[in-house]
Amino acid sequence: MSKNPEFVKFDKVDKSYDGKVLVVKDLKLDIAEGEFITMLGPSGSGKTTCLMMLAGFETPTHGEILLDGNIISNIPPHKRGIGMVFQNYALFPHMTVYENLAFPLRVRKVEKDEIDKKVDKALSMVSLNGFETRMPAQLSGGQQQRVAVARALVFDPAVVLMDEPLGALDKNLRESMQYEIKHIHESIGVTVVYVTHDQSEALTMSNRIAVFNDGKVQQLSNPAELYEKPVNSFVAEFIGENNTFNGEVVDIDKDKCKVKLANSEILANPISVKSKGDKTTVSLRPERALINPTDKMDNMFTGKIEEVIYHGDHTRVRLNLLGSSEFILKVPNSTSNLELKVSQDINIGWNSTDARALDPK
Amino acid sequence: MSSETNKILTTDGIPLEVSLKKAEKKNKIKAFLLVAPLLLFLIITYVFPIGEMFSRSIDDKMITNMLPKTFKEMEKWDGKELPPEEVFAAFYYDFKILVEKQEHGKLGQRLNKEKNGFNSITKKLFRQVKRKKIDESISIKEQIMKVHKRWRTVEYWQAIKRTAPPYTLAKYLKGMDMYYGADGSVVQVEEDRRIHRILWLRTLEIAFFVTLFCFLMGYPIAHLLATLPMKYSNLLMICVLLPFWTSLLVRTASWMILLQQQGVVNDFFVMIGLVADDNRPEMMYNKVGTYVAMTQILLPFMVLPLYSVMKTISPSLMRAGKSLGGTPFVAFWKVYFPLTIPGIGAGCLLVFILAIGYYITPALVGGASGTLISNQIAFHMKQTLDWSFASAMGLMLLSGVLVIYWIYNKLVGVDNIKLG
Repeated sequence: MSKNPEFVKFDKVDKSYDGKVLVVKDLKLDIAEGEFITMLGPSGSGKTTCLMMLAGFETPTHGEILLDGNIISNIPPHKRGIGMVFQNYALFPHMTVYENLAFPLRVRKVEKDEIDKKVDKALSMVSLNGFETRMPAQLSGGQQQRVAVARALVFDPAVVLMDEPLGALDKNLRESMQYEIKHIHESIGVTVVYVTHDQSEALTMSNRIAVFNDGKVQQLSNPAELYEKPVNSFVAEFIGENNTFNGEVVDIDKDKCKVKLANSEILANPISVKSKGDKTTVSLRPERALINPTDKMDNMFTGKIEEVIYHGDHTRVRLNLLGSSEFILKVPNSTSNLELKVSQDINIGWNSTDARALDPK
Repeated sequence: MSSETNKILTTDGIPLEVSLKKAEKKNKIKAFLLVAPLLLFLIITYVFPIGEMFSRSIDDKMITNMLPKTFKEMEKWDGKELPPEEVFAAFYYDFKILVEKQEHGKLGQRLNKEKNGFNSITKKLFRQVKRKKIDESISIKEQIMKVHKRWRTVEYWQAIKRTAPPYTLAKYLKGMDMYYGADGSVVQVEEDRRIHRILWLRTLEIAFFVTLFCFLMGYPIAHLLATLPMKYSNLLMICVLLPFWTSLLVRTASWMILLQQQGVVNDFFVMIGLVADDNRPEMMYNKVGTYVAMTQILLPFMVLPLYSVMKTISPSLMRAGKSLGGTPFVAFWKVYFPLTIPGIGAGCLLVFILAIGYYITPALVGGASGTLISNQIAFHMKQTLDWSFASAMGLMLLSGVLVIYWIYNKLVGVDNIKLG
């Protein structure tokens, strides 16, 4: 069975609330059937607005949204058949867990036996069997969250939307829920559109991530590519940690360029620079720079340790390097750990392919 | 024994409980002193007057104190035939003292309330006593019986005996259009004189409909208030609260201006051709006026509890209802409405209880068919000066409210009330 690669389609969608500012600008986004896609971005970047337009609670100011080839802009929310998990769960506080789950089935006039079966199945999916008669207020935050997920799935919707569903949970619970939701998605193959501002959540769970900023999708790709190959400074900054150098391109060929900093020059991978004289911000992941590199690396410098912070599994080292005292290094914890002391000079090296010359900040 | 040894001690060896009490004592005293003025105020202005009202409503001690000897002798009398000589003698001696104190008139009035005809025969007896015509050395019974034939009638002596207890429920019976018959049983007033029962029913009816109208009008307003953006909802809130800031009398008077036959509303109806100029409907001095004015005045008491409850209902619940496939109506009816029930309960209870005891508005715009039981109470307080009857009706009203509260508690649960 071939999956529809354009199961959900945002076609040149604009959205403005006040007629002055566009919160979503010319959005083009295709979501494949069965995909787990995450909209990631800082608050106010337009990601939740996109979700609300898809759910039907907001109307696009311009452009169309298509679901399985049909324009849905004029279909009211209750006829879209899209499940939704809300930020604060939105469980009906006056109904038991069973009644909450039965609600979408009852309004669809499903037979009583069928309802029992489906509710039972949905509850076992989130391992909450036996909680049918509890009221939402009697459940913990994590359990409420699972009920909300089960309720969004119980009527077999084609698409499930999740609006920062784990935001209210504590860190450990959040992580275990991430895996749980991911496994549910894998086992039933429903299309999930997930909104979050937590980048590690997005990286853990998604097939693809759309990074939103300023009403636009900055990059749409799988988690590995997003982390390894950010296409612009915003994405590099927003996803993971990042060392940056601001400078000007002085020499460029196909896969290498020379960037002139304040008082030195480094080699970098030209991503969004085209020609000599372009301003650029070079981005380098902290774990890609090595101390006392053994291989021949094409960027080799000496820096002075400013600060050492012990993190358990790794040690963060802040260096004064190439005129900047904000250079971060991550040293994994191993038996052959080096003696790192403040104000000690160390040799640092990295490959120019890992130093991505992006648009200037 | 084991509990002794298990007692937790502080480091100084004092039992923990004692130590805790000591530590908390100061705070408890402070807290009590803070509420003490209010407590005192409540006792003086609320508990004491209600107790006073109650004792006044059942008080019948006046006559008991007037005829102490008579009632003592009457205890031995079976009440079937004319009482024996001792009763007559005791009555005579009691009466003599009253004549000396010039209180015989009061006795006549009081007994006349019990049975018609007492007034004239006590006056006759008074004249005999005043002129010292009664010879205490021979049978007093014979002499009194000669004063008037009613003194020879057993029903009159039975009536006196009925007034013996120091307490009576007669005022309460009167409030329900009933009275004690000659044989002491409860009898209904003739049908054409049953005024109080009509008033009670009308009070309940008007309170019920005013509550209903307030609910029907207040619910959408409260919803709008709870969902509008702040700058509009503040303005709307001021509109809702405006009646609170206007004197009740002024508001009622403005309704009089609006609703009278030559008033603004009637003029408007005539202008748009809804009614003929010579056939203007009466919207005041009847139930319509009472309904309109009371609904307007009590509306904020419905809106505010509803608003405070609706404010707490997350808008995402309605969205969830819709996204799960419920039509807007289903989402409202199954999700939103049940969550507002505490507010509905609080609002309805508040409006109903206030409406049931409403006084000024019905008095001004109600006319004959729009007055309530409270107007009757005021009438007895100010016109007939029958305070014990007014007290009895006031207490009946109060117990009516308590009964409603109790029913409400059974149906909805008082814990579910939310006033804000």
